[in-house]
Amino acid sequence: MPLTDSLRDDILASVPSLRAFAISLSGNGDRADDLVQETLLRAIANIDSFQPGSNLPAWLFTILRNLFRSDYRKRRREVEDAEGNYAKTLKTQPAQGAHLEFEEFRAALDKLPQDQREALILVGASGFSYEDAAAICGCAVGTIKSRVNRARSKLSALLYVEGAEDFGPDETVRAVIGGNGG
Amino acid sequence: MKEVKKQGGLNAEIQSRIGHQLRAMYDDVVRQGVPDRFAELIRKLDGPEAAAAQIDDKDGRD
Repeated sequence: MPLTDSLRDDILASVPSLRAFAISLSGNGDRADDLVQETLLRAIANIDSFQPGSNLPAWLFTILRNLFRSDYRKRRREVEDAEGNYAKTLKTQPAQGAHLEFEEFRAALDKLPQDQREALILVGASGFSYEDAAAICGCAVGTIKSRVNRARSKLSALLYVEGAEDFGPDETVRAVIGGNGG
Repeated sequence: MKEVKKQGGLNAEIQSRIGHQLRAMYDDVVRQGVPDRFAELIRKLDGPEAAAAQIDDKDGRD
């Protein structure tokens, strides 16, 4: 369909969640914003292939997800180096309640296989249905369900089973949420 | 703190915590809204050709 003003507004309205998806996937704000920019350019360049009335956010997320995956293959070595350094800096930081818990969560998320991480984010944070998430990832609904379950199970093992005594009470989780104005 | 058990299914409390943490991380970014650079980009692009030209420019530089 043509790039109408209302379609521009709809694309713009998706930018905050596209950024959140990109940051959750990549763990890097600058890289995430590059991904979002590239997604917007490609979406508008290919706007004629967007079906009016279909799910615009799902279409945009599909573009971003595919860009991330092709980018990821190119940068794999570089990213692995960066993750190694990131993990080292984490261990030397002082423990500070909610912030530390957030960093630990982020580090655990980064340890998931990419298929599981993206499925968990799409369903658990972006709020897509299993069907939409399957369409975005180009796989069967049952595959998405199993990836989400494996992701939850692995995060649980990383964060709460081994060394569960290291984690504070529920207040730290609330502090993360409350501290962000939610 | 309650003892954490890993038996069969996931502990419901842990699942709920993971869900909270994931959404807290994600929603923190969503709440930042639309950065100016993206609002400007979408406003400035006349249509598909303009966007395609910017992709070509970028590929040329890389």
